[in-house]
Amino acid sequence: MATETKDIKATTALEDHKGYRELVLQHENDSTLTTLNLGPTHPATHGIFQNILKMDGEIIKSAVPTIGYIHRAFEKIAERRPFYQITPLTDRMNYCSAPINNMGYHMTVEKLLGITIPKRAQYIRVIMMELARISDHLICNSVIGVDSGALTGFLYVMQEREKIYDIYEEVCGARLTTNMGRIGGMERDLSPKAIHLIEEFLVRFPKVWGEFENMLTRNRIFIDRTEGVSPISAERALNYGFTGPNLRAAGVDYDVRVMNPYSSYEDFDFEIPVGTNGDIYDRFMVRNEEIWQSLKIIKQAVTNLPEGSYHADAPHYYLPPKQAVYTSMEALIYHFKIVMGETDAPKGEVYHSVEGGNGELGFYLISDGGRSPYRLHFRRPCFIYYQAYSELIVGSQLSDAILTLSSLNVIAGELDS
Amino acid sequence: MELTNENVLGLLIDNFGEDHIRDAYDPDGIMTFFTDRDTIVPLIQYLYDEESLQIRFLTTMCGIHYPDQKEKELCVMYQLHSLRHNYRVRIKVYLSAADPVMPTLTHLYATANWMERETFDFYGIIFNGHPNLTRILNVEDMEYHPMLKQYPLEDQTREDKIDTFFGR
Repeated sequence: MATETKDIKATTALEDHKGYRELVLQHENDSTLTTLNLGPTHPATHGIFQNILKMDGEIIKSAVPTIGYIHRAFEKIAERRPFYQITPLTDRMNYCSAPINNMGYHMTVEKLLGITIPKRAQYIRVIMMELARISDHLICNSVIGVDSGALTGFLYVMQEREKIYDIYEEVCGARLTTNMGRIGGMERDLSPKAIHLIEEFLVRFPKVWGEFENMLTRNRIFIDRTEGVSPISAERALNYGFTGPNLRAAGVDYDVRVMNPYSSYEDFDFEIPVGTNGDIYDRFMVRNEEIWQSLKIIKQAVTNLPEGSYHADAPHYYLPPKQAVYTSMEALIYHFKIVMGETDAPKGEVYHSVEGGNGELGFYLISDGGRSPYRLHFRRPCFIYYQAYSELIVGSQLSDAILTLSSLNVIAGELDS
Repeated sequence: MELTNENVLGLLIDNFGEDHIRDAYDPDGIMTFFTDRDTIVPLIQYLYDEESLQIRFLTTMCGIHYPDQKEKELCVMYQLHSLRHNYRVRIKVYLSAADPVMPTLTHLYATANWMERETFDFYGIIFNGHPNLTRILNVEDMEYHPMLKQYPLEDQTREDKIDTFFGR
């Protein structure tokens, strides 16, 4: 399958900047081709994606993606809400790794406000973000398994995702859309139970993931299905704005955690795995290795968890403890002002990015000194790299196109914001 | 050459002149400056080609609407990144609402394709030369560009939500 794909690719010479549009126009009136409407609600696409394919038998000749099916106007809504009410919006972007989005947003606002948060809070954030990364990559990799015919592994590792969600629940009370942390730190300290759950996870998960890995990484069928399928070169990937595991699979070692460390990532010892030719197998292997690296980071963070406060001393922005609200006048005033959104942020303009599950998740925030952002723009990695999808699947077979979609880990919520 | 904001700004002013590289400031460590729409393509091409900079990654772009600024109502922000030197730069261009036209960057960056479509979709900024400038997230028959400030999020005529204490 792999060699066949390459030959066909070579014949459909794309002019780089024109991209899929040229192909579409070229095949528009070709009556020998079949039009296949893949999506928007197709069980194999794991989300609401529509692609109108022109097929020559099993071979895809052109693809027109339509996106926006779950567009919820987050950028517009954010212009009206006070800062703390925007966190729940970020949950709903990449809902496979919501804590990363939450904390990325919190760090952006902290950068605007000039708040430095204590080490302990930073380490707790690192733990939660790495757990989120594991759950994100876990979904992606097990779904690659599903789409290449191995359903069992998916159901098996899904139990572990539930364990991660148990940890979220202990830390913030929610499981999927977490709304975790606050501007200025975490809303509560890591409880002994949470630490226990994390330690339990660190013992049990490597075994489970090791079994899953053994099932696929050297599996002949899996390698035949994935190796050399929908590859992308490093230059093309950069040109398409790829970031995260998909870019690293193409051989570029760009990771925001290392290049622009935030939340004390510089304290931890971990490696950035890179692939060589950016095909599905490389993407799978990069994510696989990142899971092991994330475990390593969590281990270090739990072992070296510093003492101290779990939030910054920022009474204007960080909600006071509930007991204080009932007993002290000052706390009551702060509480009221924060909840009603009466605290004005300073004027400013910041960009902050974190390494999300799928790449550089950026927040560009302009504040005009009001209660809510003047403009908040999300750099959503899925939105940016999904435009390469048409180019990646042209010339391959339909079943490979499904596999390509899952290996890119396109999350509909993040794609459409 | 060490890539500091001053050095890069000096280099750009030497090449493009002070008329085209204006009002540089540094809000968050990322150098930001204004240019005009005739300079933007050669400028970004220069940032790409210049060996000492190698700014070859378009991180993001977005539109901004300032309804109160006469003749400068719209703004397009480009943020670029040199992965080689880990140096970021932000470029802004003001446009008047009467003439919201920008040249496209799709010839240089494939990723600009959807970013420009998104900016068109939400702000109505037209990118000349774009291969397929259609709406991307909103429905095709929408008649306005929803991120413009004149379209409030909630229906302003609602009477059940008047809040006399906070006026919103």
